[in-house]
Amino acid sequence: MFAMPSGAEIQSIIGTLRFGAGYFIPELYLSALFMVLIILDLVLGGRKNRTLAAATIIGLLGSFYFIFQQHALPDAEVFFGMYALDRFGIFFKYFFVLTGILSVVISMEDEQLNGQDAGVGEYYALIVAMVVGMMMMASSTDLLMMFLAMELVGLSAYVLTGYLKNDQRSSEAALKYLVYGAVSSGMLLYGFSLIYGLTAQTNISKICMELTQHGYDPLVMILATLLVMAGLGYKMGAVPFHFWSPDVYEGAPTPITAYLSTGSKAAGFALLMRIFFVAVPHVSEGVEDMLSIDWLTIMMIISAASMIYGNVVAIWQKNVKRLLAYSSIAHAGYLLLGIITMDKIGTQAVLVYLAGYLLMNIGAFYVVVLISNKTGSENLDDYKGLGRKMPLAGAALTVFLISLVGLPPTFGFIGKLMIFSALIGKGDLFMWLALVGILTSVISLYYYMYIPLNMFLRESGKSDAGEPRIGMVSNIVTAVLMILTLYFGLFFQPIAQFAGYSASMFGAALN
Amino acid sequence: MLSLIVFLPIIAGLIILAVPASQKQAIRIVSLLAAVAQGVLAVLIWRQYDPTMAGIVAAPGGSPVGSFQLIERIPWISLNLGSFGPLTIEYFIGVDGLSITMVILTALISIIGILSSWPIQKQVKGYFILFNLLSTAMMGCFVALDFFLFYVFWEVMLLPMYFLIGIWGGPNREYAAIKFFLYTLFGSVFMLLVMIGLYFSVVDPVTGNHTFSLVAMADQHNYVAGTILGPGSVMWRYAAFIVLFVGFAIKVPMFPFHTWLPDAHVEAPTPISVILAGVLLKLGTYGMMRINFPLFPEVYQAGMYVIGIFGAINIIYGAFCALAQQDLKKMVAYSSISHMGYVLLGMAAGNSEGMLGALYQMFNHGTITAMLFLLVGVIYDRAHSRQIEKFGGLASYMPVYAGIVTVAWFASLGLPGLSGFISEAFVFVGAFTAPVTRPIAMVSVLGIVFGAAYLLWSLQRMFLGKRRPDALYELEKDEHGHEHIHFHDWNGKLDLDARELTMLIPLAIIVIALGIYPMPIMGMLTASINKLVTVLAPVASAAVH
Repeated sequence: MFAMPSGAEIQSIIGTLRFGAGYFIPELYLSALFMVLIILDLVLGGRKNRTLAAATIIGLLGSFYFIFQQHALPDAEVFFGMYALDRFGIFFKYFFVLTGILSVVISMEDEQLNGQDAGVGEYYALIVAMVVGMMMMASSTDLLMMFLAMELVGLSAYVLTGYLKNDQRSSEAALKYLVYGAVSSGMLLYGFSLIYGLTAQTNISKICMELTQHGYDPLVMILATLLVMAGLGYKMGAVPFHFWSPDVYEGAPTPITAYLSTGSKAAGFALLMRIFFVAVPHVSEGVEDMLSIDWLTIMMIISAASMIYGNVVAIWQKNVKRLLAYSSIAHAGYLLLGIITMDKIGTQAVLVYLAGYLLMNIGAFYVVVLISNKTGSENLDDYKGLGRKMPLAGAALTVFLISLVGLPPTFGFIGKLMIFSALIGKGDLFMWLALVGILTSVISLYYYMYIPLNMFLRESGKSDAGEPRIGMVSNIVTAVLMILTLYFGLFFQPIAQFAGYSASMFGAALN
Repeated sequence: MLSLIVFLPIIAGLIILAVPASQKQAIRIVSLLAAVAQGVLAVLIWRQYDPTMAGIVAAPGGSPVGSFQLIERIPWISLNLGSFGPLTIEYFIGVDGLSITMVILTALISIIGILSSWPIQKQVKGYFILFNLLSTAMMGCFVALDFFLFYVFWEVMLLPMYFLIGIWGGPNREYAAIKFFLYTLFGSVFMLLVMIGLYFSVVDPVTGNHTFSLVAMADQHNYVAGTILGPGSVMWRYAAFIVLFVGFAIKVPMFPFHTWLPDAHVEAPTPISVILAGVLLKLGTYGMMRINFPLFPEVYQAGMYVIGIFGAINIIYGAFCALAQQDLKKMVAYSSISHMGYVLLGMAAGNSEGMLGALYQMFNHGTITAMLFLLVGVIYDRAHSRQIEKFGGLASYMPVYAGIVTVAWFASLGLPGLSGFISEAFVFVGAFTAPVTRPIAMVSVLGIVFGAAYLLWSLQRMFLGKRRPDALYELEKDEHGHEHIHFHDWNGKLDLDARELTMLIPLAIIVIALGIYPMPIMGMLTASINKLVTVLAPVASAAVH
């Protein structure tokens, strides 16, 4: 039994919490937003989809203000070392709020989702809950907090995936996601517990200190590493922990697919970077350390396997959502390349790549939703001849896909450029990985271009009478996303600078 | 002024974006105006160009931009990369002897391309937007002096080309378009790796920062020892040279990477074939001269005879393949492969004569092949077929056409007095002078014989003699007993019409004039070529080790 804390101790705990709350405002604000949305859902009657969506967007936009305020605060660990406020976290806070907003925008378009009898209910509230969870994943500095944050994201995601109650595929996807998620959470927890057993610490910087000072049993550490990688690999959708992703991405409502493949994946990477860069001790040369080599070898294999598997299997996909699911496995591989270099330029590259991925991936899914609203299908064959009927959507989708391939002048190219720069900056050490990355991106061109090929080069066999009309707002959103993808492909300085600033947080941890 | 010539077509493209798709004529006229304005600018640049300034590389201790002309240099991206120092990318363009010829050629071929696109009726708006985008990218490639900028323009070319072949092409267009795309992308992704490697290996002598400037990269003194492509890193320098060379060779196209070309040409509409053969192929050899060789001179020295052998294979293999073709356009496509072989051979010689011949051949091949493809397009418009065997005796019914065909065909086979002869002669003089390529040159001469064979044979089968029994046109006699022919589904003028003449006559004049007096073009090249040869010479490359 614990002894009752004395009054002074309680005072000090309350003081710490109060102090911490000052650094936790965006998260608190979004939690409040979550509850406001649930109440709004209860209070409002009739068709309230649009109102709820608008409230979510406005609420999320409002959080930008609070995040912006945090720039002024000094870096700090709060809540007894559970949570940190730093530039790295702030970058991801912007990222996740933006992802949330764009997912809501896509959700407003999705007719399948809005056509549900039961309405959307707590759908938007759950999206906000996921934003909070992902923010916490990116900012946690304690193994327990990390696990809790991941579970918050996971649980919201399971419900969102199965949101189309009458769609068998959606329910199947949710169940699969849940089962795989439970297994991987268990593995992650097991890994964490082994680390705790080795060090008696849960704070990642203290773990690092313990490991450097007292040494560790390499075998146990490798096991722990593998288990942690399995848990995170599931979130990132990297081979061999990717099995859930094609089915889930295909079955989930498309806005949620976009959300999962961008937000949840990025959160996994944020967490990985924090654990990997902070908890794992580095000697000055980085690669000579026994433990680092194990981490690195595992990650190199995972990265190469993801790039090859994702890109090769995507060739045979006939469903656009499934195709993009495999492509997102491949992109997890490219992102890992940046982490493997373990230096500032690599981290910066990962952040830039994620920013690009946000734009192009969400953009692609947005157009997929617009098209499936008109054709009622996500099959590649139904894309035939659409380019002439929907020129703007077709052109935009082509730009997004070209960006996903990584061709200039798009944002995706900048991401690839920086990742490969980071690799080659290390000399010939990672040259083979760079070659795998380069060659698989040639493969990716083939399947990505298959979509514009159907849209522009082939004529539709069907003669449908109605000319599909796309609303003004949708056109503007599409055009803005397309122009941003191109603009940042040519003038990427601000984003790259901000990413570099955020990556510099790790400072001495990276060489 | 250079920026204007690069971005005029894109401006036209943006204007077209605002024009409703039904205003086909307006769209064409906007494009034509932009192309003509480009042409005027090209002439102005040509008049202004000082042929005594060499370019290629900056003099040691001299201006960092070297003796390039019409330079525009603006910082574009500047990032702090911590231990790597600042990352700087510049918008850096300028011309020297190598690029100015290509700028003039591109401007000329763009006008021709727009004119020959006039009859296109399908999705006119999209077509001209893509065409203008392509035109900007090509021009940009030739003037870019920053590797990053070059790479951006290089890759931007692919997508418009893919759609131009894929949407407006022939029956097998999907296959041809994706094959073109995959082949060229395969070549260029390695270029990305080499580009990054070079960035980390080269420092700007003035600022001491890493740089993408091709002018700085061309000077071996700017390479840092111990870096991945720095002096002494023999294996990686060889690897980088080879992958760059393959990347450019795919574009040339060099045997064995040539198979996309006949497919692309056969499926592409006439104007796109003209652009492809007239300008795009030159980008490959231009890239070699501008980037591949000067950046890795010692590897170039070691590999000269290999390049020469590939050149010879291109010349002879291309000619043999052309000899076997039934399809006229395919024959012309293979003749392109054969003629680009001369460029490779000239470059392999490594002396001023060979290099000069190679660069001049690039220009001449551009004009001559443009003519060839236009002429193929003329007959295809009328007969909807290009089977050489399905004609015969056309000379008596289409005399003007036959006359221009003769000029183009003879220019292509290198008849003295026409421009092709001069460049091929220089290539052979160079190749015979250089000991390395002498035996290769002896074999390559056979290519001229085979070249004459397929050209003359096709000329004879199509234009001379009598109408074949299975010909694609009908023979009629009018009341005076004169024979006339007419093609099915062709209501236009039988012989060349005004638009076709506007395209072909100036080209024919250029081909003849430059065959008699080559100095207007050649005069501009010599200083740069001599400089290039000294940069590539063994003495200079010895400094690397």
